[in-house]
Amino acid sequence: MSAPIFEAAWLVPALPLLGAAILLFAGKRMSKAAGGLATVMMAGSFSVGLWIFFELLSMPAAERLHTSTLYTFIKAGTFEVALDYRIDPLSVLMILVVTGVGSLIHLYSIGYMRGDERESRFFAYMNLFAFSMLLLVMANNMLIMYVGWELVGLSSYLLIGFWFERPAASTAAKKAFITNRVGDVGFALGIMLIFVHFGTLDFSRVLSEAGALGTGAATAIALLLFAGAAGKSAQIPLHVWLPDAMEGPTPVSALIHAATMVTAGVYMVGRAHPIFAQSPVAMDVVAWIGLATALLAAFIAFTQDDIKRVLAYSTVSQLGFMFLALGVGATSAAIFHLFTHAFFKALMFLGAGSVMHGSNDETDITKMGGLGRAMPWTAATFVIGWFAIIGVPGFSGFFSKDQILAGVYGSGGTILWVGALVATFGTGFYMSRLVFLTFFGPSRAPEGVRAHESPAVMVWPLALLAVAAAGAGWFGATVHGGGFHRFVAPSVCAAHDPAHVAEQPRVQTCTVDAATGEVHPLEREGGAGELVLGSVATAAGVAGLGAAGFMYLGGFPWQRRRERPTLVWKASRNKFFVDEVYQFLFTGVGKAVAATAAFVVDRRVIDGTVSRLAHGVGALSVVGRKLQTGMVRTYAVGVLGGVVALGVLLVARAR
Amino acid sequence: MILPAQYLALAGLLFATGVVGVLARRNAIVMFMSIELMLNAVNLTLVTFARMHGNLDGQVLAFFVMIVAAAEAVVGLALIVSIFRRTKSVSVDDAGELRG
Repeated sequence: MSAPIFEAAWLVPALPLLGAAILLFAGKRMSKAAGGLATVMMAGSFSVGLWIFFELLSMPAAERLHTSTLYTFIKAGTFEVALDYRIDPLSVLMILVVTGVGSLIHLYSIGYMRGDERESRFFAYMNLFAFSMLLLVMANNMLIMYVGWELVGLSSYLLIGFWFERPAASTAAKKAFITNRVGDVGFALGIMLIFVHFGTLDFSRVLSEAGALGTGAATAIALLLFAGAAGKSAQIPLHVWLPDAMEGPTPVSALIHAATMVTAGVYMVGRAHPIFAQSPVAMDVVAWIGLATALLAAFIAFTQDDIKRVLAYSTVSQLGFMFLALGVGATSAAIFHLFTHAFFKALMFLGAGSVMHGSNDETDITKMGGLGRAMPWTAATFVIGWFAIIGVPGFSGFFSKDQILAGVYGSGGTILWVGALVATFGTGFYMSRLVFLTFFGPSRAPEGVRAHESPAVMVWPLALLAVAAAGAGWFGATVHGGGFHRFVAPSVCAAHDPAHVAEQPRVQTCTVDAATGEVHPLEREGGAGELVLGSVATAAGVAGLGAAGFMYLGGFPWQRRRERPTLVWKASRNKFFVDEVYQFLFTGVGKAVAATAAFVVDRRVIDGTVSRLAHGVGALSVVGRKLQTGMVRTYAVGVLGGVVALGVLLVARAR
Repeated sequence: MILPAQYLALAGLLFATGVVGVLARRNAIVMFMSIELMLNAVNLTLVTFARMHGNLDGQVLAFFVMIVAAAEAVVGLALIVSIFRRTKSVSVDDAGELRG
């Protein structure tokens, strides 16, 4: 049985697409109303999403899956791809995050982008982005997902480079696009390999038949898919684009680089969990890369001075947490962290935008300080986001991060767990440093700059997001019983038999309640141990807060210490020289290869061949031109000779 | 009664005269006349063969040759006049500007 609204679910991506089309073709004539139109489209999409969500909620857990085919996209032999969509708990959840947070960000952008000369185009791109993301999360087969995936890459390119007059912005856009392409090659190969092994790209069949996949094939597919995910979700070694992407307008950072685009990789790996579960090697790779990213990004964030860059590295670090959770089979916890992170990180990005808006586009936190007095609303909401991310008990990040740590501990990865604790400490430190330097302490702003609060259209989305960031955690307060986890469980579980948990500690296992049919994710760490684990995790975050408080509020002379930078400080400040290494490895080597191709292969070999051929023909013609005497009678002799020769030939043949 | 062989011998003689005329003379008009001579020698053989075989094919072909020769004479003479205007000479050896 399917509700009528499920048949109309195509409206969810179609509304933003319509908005983008209208704004692209007629936007010039309606620049004042552009933001309004785009926001209305997003809100409409969100309403349809909410309707679907409640309809789904009213159904029994086992039946919460609906697929519809709009039309057959490609049909060639056994290869068939339809433009279809899938409604299940995971995709609906992503729809709600994308359209919900997206609507608020659109609303905020009306205030932030006011007066920009290309305002309508900005909103067209934003809508286009939302459409791409919705296509990605609603797709019911790998190819349509890939189409959405690439469209997301395109619209992020357009949005990051929105202020393309600034060389830094256009360079950052290109960097993001190219870095993503590297991962996408892996994703595309993974899709092809899936077709080779399953004969179809349809999720329903691929996921249900994944258990029959051999370990080798599963490892290859999973690692290729993960390459794509690492590109989109900015994991090592493809993390370099995200911090640079902060060159785009701040709402773009909030939408793309906090709430939606970067979560596409997490979503994809979560969606393909049954394939990953077949390959312990791939799971290990995901977990270790996640941990390494979480640690590295947190460490880099310690020393960055640009408010948006700190948040960008924070995003990279939090995404690392999500991949760590995916890698240990705590898929449900990873998706939960994705959910809470979308709220608090969007909140903080928009808060950072509000700070910049109110203080003359200043982004350097060493030149801020004391802004809490000038912009109380921004400061108050930002503080809520800060509490959420460092895991102050009761706020959303507390629950989700705690569940990730518990999942890591329960899977037996003690080293991973310790690493994650260190990353949690790091989160506490860099976020507190950011908040203390921005909103507390004495003002370090230059003379004559007076900060002010942003307009209501920007403050309201902040307030709404703050409510979500504070409260969203209660939806999934515990893994076993939390409503959130029970809701997504049918989409993310790879195994349903608790008896095998001991053999497969890294597979998201669920139990089905025989009486109600409810699916519960299996909690790995229950009972008294949970309290201890939670306390340790919270203590790590709060310790980070304390350390930052001592350094930046407690009279520690941090400004004077900078005059004598240590090696560690320099490494962190310069992002471990990853950009420089890439610059050398890829740009430098690439340039050398190009120079060889241009000056040796092209100029010597190819041009050389052509010109030598020309010289040869020229030399031949010096001989050949002698035939052209200019004497008509010579030619006549030639004609006569020809006729005689032909005659002789004819006579000879006739014999 | 003249034998066909005698006609053919005459035609061969005329043709040879034409060839020598084209190859040996420098005056364009004389060369032109020699070409006409060759054409008409061929016409003579065609008519002779037509008589030998008792059908009209050769005679019809001879008419075609005459028509083409007439057209050729128009173009050829026009060319010679125009060359004469340029070089004040009808010697073909003076018109060698396309020499390689």
